[in-house]
Amino acid sequence: MTPDFATALAAVIRREIDGATGIAKLRALSGGAVQETWAFEAQTPAGPVPLVLRRARPALRRDRKSGVSIVEEAQLLRLAAASGVPVPPVRAVLRPADEAGDGFIMDFVTGETIARKILRDTEFAAIRPGLARQCGEILARIHAVDTEPLAFLDRVTPERFLTENFSLYDQSGHSSPVFELAFRWLRDHVPPPPARATLVHGDFRNGNLIIGAEGVRAVLDWEIAHLGDPMLDLGYICVTSWRFGEIDKPVGGFGERHELYAGYEAAGGRLDRARAAFWEVASTLRWGMNCLMMGRQFITGIDRSVERGAIGRRMSETEIDLLRLLAPRD
Amino acid sequence: MHDPPKPPDLLAAVACFLREELMPQLSGALAFHTRIAANVVDIARRELELGPRADAAEHQRLVALLAQRGDLAALNQELCRRIREGDMTLQTPGLAAHLWELTLAKVAVDQPGYASYQRERES
Repeated sequence: MTPDFATALAAVIRREIDGATGIAKLRALSGGAVQETWAFEAQTPAGPVPLVLRRARPALRRDRKSGVSIVEEAQLLRLAAASGVPVPPVRAVLRPADEAGDGFIMDFVTGETIARKILRDTEFAAIRPGLARQCGEILARIHAVDTEPLAFLDRVTPERFLTENFSLYDQSGHSSPVFELAFRWLRDHVPPPPARATLVHGDFRNGNLIIGAEGVRAVLDWEIAHLGDPMLDLGYICVTSWRFGEIDKPVGGFGERHELYAGYEAAGGRLDRARAAFWEVASTLRWGMNCLMMGRQFITGIDRSVERGAIGRRMSETEIDLLRLLAPRD
Repeated sequence: MHDPPKPPDLLAAVACFLREELMPQLSGALAFHTRIAANVVDIARRELELGPRADAAEHQRLVALLAQRGDLAALNQELCRRIREGDMTLQTPGLAAHLWELTLAKVAVDQPGYASYQRERES
């Protein structure tokens, strides 16, 4: 089925890509809640050029309350690239007159994103030992991005994170003693706002990285990037759910914390272990809150899909991981 | 009294059909969603099998922990209130043990293959 914007997209490609005559092989890659991703090829005399279209879901364009809009995401990718963060190069941003929707076009970066393959396939065995350090280096570069042109991003302090998530939990009507314990612990350990608010990726984890034979090729999923505490990203990548079964390797299931930290400091990052520990607990709870809220969508009938129901039932995995962090049994 | 086969056995057959017979015929998004559907059917089956006993045990622990009577939902809410207000902490005798029992029982139904659960069950 050809989407309704295909003709308009082809016109954009003829304008933006040298020598392009049209497009081919347009196909949906994934459908996020707010954004959709399409892969296609630009046809040129030199051969096909693999590209990706990131596009806002039309129905949701006016509903956005928070998060990064699709046009802001393109800006963000360009700024991150300029700071040496591996991201897919942005080729063009759609204009309103293009009538192809809100979105932008970037290069198709080949590689693997499926976390379990990255952790288990032999073709990644040689690069796995270096990944944690490389993630630290990349995070230091993300946190060094000039924030001046990024005033459009949300600002999130540890306090605000806590208040907003607690309010969501409180209004959900669900009672989880383990979440109560975690909120209480976070309340007792919440750090002040960081000395310097930096760009924070917010979803930097195994599964959102394109990995190739030489390591990380691109950082994806910038939809919840914001200005805030850089230590969030260092805690987040250690959340047990994002270790995909390899729970003894805290960094993404592939590495050790000291490797992540060494890479971070070597690339100029300033480390605060206590803050990173706060954000590891906070991020475990946040994933649990996501499961809870998606489960609520199922319960209230907003989304009765099997997948929503199933994610609702992943709340308990975060409860066991919160207990392992806050009330270890040994 | 309904006639056999019993619901857990019927659900086990459905999950087996989805996994062993249907999934190999599918690819891409349909295969993915069929796998999730099989997992969800297993959750429902395990809750039918394990839920009543786990609920009864949870209720019994809460009565002792809170020194109070009431139905399970009300007692669980009371526990939440006490943790939230700091009346009960991890230093309170019995609280950590209750939270562990409760959580292990939940994951046993939701995701018994989850690595953290496997590890804690061994210990």
